[in-house]
Amino acid sequence: MSSASSAESDEDGSGQSTESTGSGESTESGDERLTLVEAVCDGLYTEMSADDRVVVLGEDVGKNGGVFRATEGLYEAFGDDRVVDTPLAESGIVGTGIGLALSGMRPVAEIQFMGFSYPAFDQLVSHAARFRSRSHGAYTVPMVVRMPYGGGIRAPEHHSESKEAFFAHEPGLKVVAPSTPSDAKGLLTAAIRDPDPVVFLEPKLIYRAFREAVPTGSYEVPLSDAAIRREGSDVTVYAWGAMTRPALIAADNVADEYGVDVELVDLRTLSPLDVETIVDSFEKTGRAVIVHEGPKTGGLGAEVAATIQERAVLYQEAPIKRVTGFDAPVPLHSLEDFYLPQAVRIQDGILETVAF
Amino acid sequence: MSTQEDVDASKANELARTDDEPIRILDADGNVLPNASVPDLSAEELRSMYEDIALARRFDERAISLQRQGRIATYAPMTGQEGAQVATGYALEERDWLFPTYREHAAKYVHGMSLESLLKPLRGHRDGYAIPDDVNVLPEYIPIATQLPQAVGMAWGHQLQGRVEEAVLCHFGDGATSEGDFHEGLNFAGVFDVPAVFVCNNNQWAISVPRERQTASETLAQKAQAYGIEGVRVDGLDPLATYEVTRAALRKAKEPTDGERRPTLIEAVQYRYGAHTTADDPSVYREDDEGDAWREKDPLERLRNYLYSEGILDDERDGEITERVETKIDDAIAAAESAESDPDSLFEHVYDEPPARLREQREELNALREKYGDDAFSEVLE
Ligand SMILES: Cc1ncc(C[n+]2csc(CCOP(=O)(O)OP(=O)(O)O)c2C)c(N)n1
Ligand SMILES: [Mg+2]
Repeated sequence: MSSASSAESDEDGSGQSTESTGSGESTESGDERLTLVEAVCDGLYTEMSADDRVVVLGEDVGKNGGVFRATEGLYEAFGDDRVVDTPLAESGIVGTGIGLALSGMRPVAEIQFMGFSYPAFDQLVSHAARFRSRSHGAYTVPMVVRMPYGGGIRAPEHHSESKEAFFAHEPGLKVVAPSTPSDAKGLLTAAIRDPDPVVFLEPKLIYRAFREAVPTGSYEVPLSDAAIRREGSDVTVYAWGAMTRPALIAADNVADEYGVDVELVDLRTLSPLDVETIVDSFEKTGRAVIVHEGPKTGGLGAEVAATIQERAVLYQEAPIKRVTGFDAPVPLHSLEDFYLPQAVRIQDGILETVAF
Repeated sequence: MSTQEDVDASKANELARTDDEPIRILDADGNVLPNASVPDLSAEELRSMYEDIALARRFDERAISLQRQGRIATYAPMTGQEGAQVATGYALEERDWLFPTYREHAAKYVHGMSLESLLKPLRGHRDGYAIPDDVNVLPEYIPIATQLPQAVGMAWGHQLQGRVEEAVLCHFGDGATSEGDFHEGLNFAGVFDVPAVFVCNNNQWAISVPRERQTASETLAQKAQAYGIEGVRVDGLDPLATYEVTRAALRKAKEPTDGERRPTLIEAVQYRYGAHTTADDPSVYREDDEGDAWREKDPLERLRNYLYSEGILDDERDGEITERVETKIDDAIAAAESAESDPDSLFEHVYDEPPARLREQREELNALREKYGDDAFSEVLE
């Protein structure tokens, strides 16, 4: 658990920023004001500098610095042995990543968009996830697979997917989705150092949405703790990635307009879930709204809701509400505002839950 | 530093190389090469082919400009590649099937899709992918190489149903040859000997990754050999050669002679003059002058020169073409820009029969729209 803070820090770049995680200790003093994508790059740079075994591989990650510039400058800094443009083949990227990890390297593979991860699905779920169990712990796959995910950027078809539930469903994989620059760096560092494979989901909608102070040097945000972004007593909103922002807008709105006091829990790590924080918050508020971009059916919201039911049913004051993507493919951009949970939908869900 | 073994190995490679010069009919200036014969196309057909290439080039310029003005979203340009797209399209009969990628705007257009329908998805309207009943074009493929096994399946299905007169033509890029689906598709094609033609539009780049980094094979066409099918290299900047080679492959797909295999892999050697998409900046990873040598063999210029020298085209007709092209594109842009998508439509076409849960979600959204108004949904997400 970390300190209360705002995912909405310093939109205007005025230099005022709130500490966003509180859980990371920087090894060097000093801060840099970074966007989320810059923080990812900084995290990679820092770990690559500290550990020769860390290599980055993927499509266009080298000379081009990644299609979102998440690996910008790494090729120049570390050379083409450690920042590797691969052939266009996701199964190849993740499969060789597994082999690299087995050999003692620390691969960080990039899948260009989550919607293109499916050719690698077999490698991820049949192998990366279960090397440890199949070999009785003799072999492990300390690999990170980074993927930009989510909608809202007017992208072509297949570029807006939010299918974290696919991966969270798989035992042996960890799944992470940061929502702030400093979390992005600290969680990525922890993911690279983690002895197990981690699917690292980057909310591309907020890659450049705001800057905040990110400690220079290396620090970890543990892959075990949700963060409370706003403390409140009436209802808990659970969200992650880009959805923490409309959730916070909705929370502030209902506070201003209706005096409803929302607690916002940012899960940060989607697997394993921080059950304690999830349940503690619900025991306090007795009401829950769960927000995610992915389709409702079989989404991670169902897991959060069931967890609350199992542990805290006696605290429950209202039906648990899910505000999610619909059970339809993400539409092309003219309609994506109607598909993604917007502040207006989240707000409506909060009011409905509180009024019950 | 190389060892003796390396030297020996590279010599062996040298010897194993076949003559991989791409097939050409026109030289860089549009003159017919010695020993080459031009395809059997009427003056009118040739002019029309030229007009469509000119249209594709202009469409590209207009689309890039629309994107810069924020009037369409990310666009994948095709300049330099229009010749191959239009020529392969001309080789098709109406009843043949086309599997295009996100870059084959012109190929789709010549096989029956309207310009308006090409622009609609770029404006965020999915009904641009709704293919008219009499047009045999699949919605564009964005996940790389996924179309290959599907094209094989369709050709196979046609064969099983005795519909061998309907061939399938499948486009993809040089980068796509690295995906597992490329291998699986071509392998099945060979095993089941299906009436399909695979056109690899080798534009030398997969975003920032050059062709040489995609495969250690000398050519992409030579990969066909491993699948037991025929591979051909053609100059993709030469519309006449591309037409002829595609035509021959389609003929063979439909009526192979004894011992001939139906499927063909065509490597159409070309160059992506511009950016990968409007979101890409090629100056980060390639030299600006890299394209100069390719531009000297430009498909539009080349065909124009040929048509002029044959007396098939003159300034007056060329002027008419330019005007006609502009009007067609203006009309398409106007139509696409007046199109709208109803938010309710995002629930359509998920299943034949919408499940109760989906109907409920649709009602939920409509109730919220009613309550708050549509504008409330476009308030900035961030
Ligand atoms: C499975 C998959 N992986 C990655 C991408 C992202 N991507 C889009 S186009 C492209 C390069 C494709 O290169 P090539 O096949 O040569 O076709 P070109 O774009 O040059 O026409 C990549 C990597 C994708 N669309 N699908
Ligand atoms: Mg290419």
